[in-house]
Amino acid sequence: MRPERPPVLFVVLAAVGVAFFVLPLVGLLYRAPWETALGDLTTPEALTALRLSFVVSLAATALALLLGVPLAWIYARVAFPGRDIVRALTTLPMILPPVVGGVALLFAFGRRGLFGQALDTMFGIRIPFTTAGAILAATFVAMPFLVLTVEAGLRSMDRRYEDAARSLGAGRWLVFRRVTLPLIAPSVFAGAVLCWARALGEFGATITFAGNLPGTTQTLPLAVYIALETRPEVAIMLSLVLLAISLAILVAMRDRYLRAF
Amino acid sequence: MLTAQVALRLGTLDLDVTIEAAPGEIVAVLGPNGAGKTTFMRAVAGLVPLTRGRVELDDVVLEDAARDVHLPPERRPIGVVFQEYLLFPHLSALENVAFGLRARGIGSREARVRAGSWLDRLGVGEHAEAKPRALSGGQAQRVALARALAIDPRLLLLDEPLAALDASARGEVRRDLKRHLASFAGIRIVITHDPLEAIALADRLVIMERGRVVQTGSPADVTQRPRSRYVADLVGVNLLRGTATVGQVAVSGGATLQSADGVDGEVFAVIHPRAVALHRARPEGSPRNVWRGRASTLDFQGDRVRVGVQGEMPIIAEVTPAAVRELDLVEGGEVWVSVKATEITVYPA
Repeated sequence: MRPERPPVLFVVLAAVGVAFFVLPLVGLLYRAPWETALGDLTTPEALTALRLSFVVSLAATALALLLGVPLAWIYARVAFPGRDIVRALTTLPMILPPVVGGVALLFAFGRRGLFGQALDTMFGIRIPFTTAGAILAATFVAMPFLVLTVEAGLRSMDRRYEDAARSLGAGRWLVFRRVTLPLIAPSVFAGAVLCWARALGEFGATITFAGNLPGTTQTLPLAVYIALETRPEVAIMLSLVLLAISLAILVAMRDRYLRAF
Repeated sequence: MLTAQVALRLGTLDLDVTIEAAPGEIVAVLGPNGAGKTTFMRAVAGLVPLTRGRVELDDVVLEDAARDVHLPPERRPIGVVFQEYLLFPHLSALENVAFGLRARGIGSREARVRAGSWLDRLGVGEHAEAKPRALSGGQAQRVALARALAIDPRLLLLDEPLAALDASARGEVRRDLKRHLASFAGIRIVITHDPLEAIALADRLVIMERGRVVQTGSPADVTQRPRSRYVADLVGVNLLRGTATVGQVAVSGGATLQSADGVDGEVFAVIHPRAVALHRARPEGSPRNVWRGRASTLDFQGDRVRVGVQGEMPIIAEVTPAAVRELDLVEGGEVWVSVKATEITVYPA
């Protein structure tokens, strides 16, 4: 039997949908200054932004791992009152406009913010408009991806392995380190990659909370936005770098990890 | 010596059992799915807290709900072979066995040497570097047994140790398991739903149903004198309950049986299906117990047929296929049933 032909209307609308995603890429690639590509990418401001972006996004991922894995464990394993509300609050940045996140961070940790003032007067720590601020902004928007992925991993793993480990004499910390963590390693890895990708692309919260200081807080997306005015060919090449990274992540994780979403 | 009084509620399960085991004894806890066998085992291992009760092993109190004593699982001298074995998938067979030794603070080199000798002892030494997924069911079971024994436990708990295997491999693995269990000197408790496994492996059976112990005794005792429908069905006999007065047993349901056994009071009566005769018309002669019924089921099992007869006293008879033809037996057809008084075993309930 021949397969039925799909409805024409659907085919047309689907094709428009695909074009909507593909045409911008074509535009980008068409205008890319291939002859001067290497020069554009190695301008001092491009290199600085590249380096800073990697530092900020990797630091944000490390921070998200440090705080996010225990948080996911608590969500998955401890039934405490208000758990759903707390989880919703920590997931909010996934759908919150990043600029709102940046404003909120500013009023919490800014120099005149609720906690920022205390940090400044008590310890002399000023977070906004520093690299640390850019890292915090990136962590704020990216960590929920890690927490949700790791929590899903913890919930789907067979907890009887932990029982087996305890019956063999392992305390809870040893069980976590030697059994739980290895068993959920794919989830932790997937969560970390998603988190890193999101941190790398972070724009709104960063520019609001940390500003746009070259070498300190001007990450790749910010550099692209600024360069668009002055040197569009640099903006294009930096955009292509971000695009290539995103595409590589998507291809690498295609089958194994993204199915959870 | 193990004394485990375990009472707890978990979901729909209401568990309240006391099981004792003497040093060196092999006890099988036998019961249908959902009887609470695995939960009992987890409670003894400390993986589920008790609501009431007490677990004492060789004069050490592991748990006492009344005094709020609860030794965590990692501090109980109990080895567990879990259902499906639960070998850590990211560790090799050797590392699995070494895990418990490492957790007890034994150095890496020493732990590996000892783990290796345990694997050798159980005949899986050549698979030391294999990951669990590369092992057959029987090999995985031996590695799981080595892992549980390596920590030198006082008590070994095995949860459905053969259920994860193909039927074809089960017989051989069961013989191996019996041999390996015999080489361990502590108390061994095997959880199973398979009567064959229980009888083959254990010195004593504990029958558990719906969270309660319904019978305990040697395999011979339990099979000859079942005290529950579950065991009677396992053994394949008819079990009736009633009140006996001078050779007359008033069965719950209204009918009365004549018996040759002189027991009075609340009793069980067991009738082997082979002792139940079927007739087309009311039989003449000596049988003391005769009644009429309807053949409700005909279950052909090779050279014999189990016939379920509904009526004032539902019963299962076992006859030959030839008898079925001669009697013109069909499902729903009328039939007379007779049982000789001497074929009924009566014992106190």
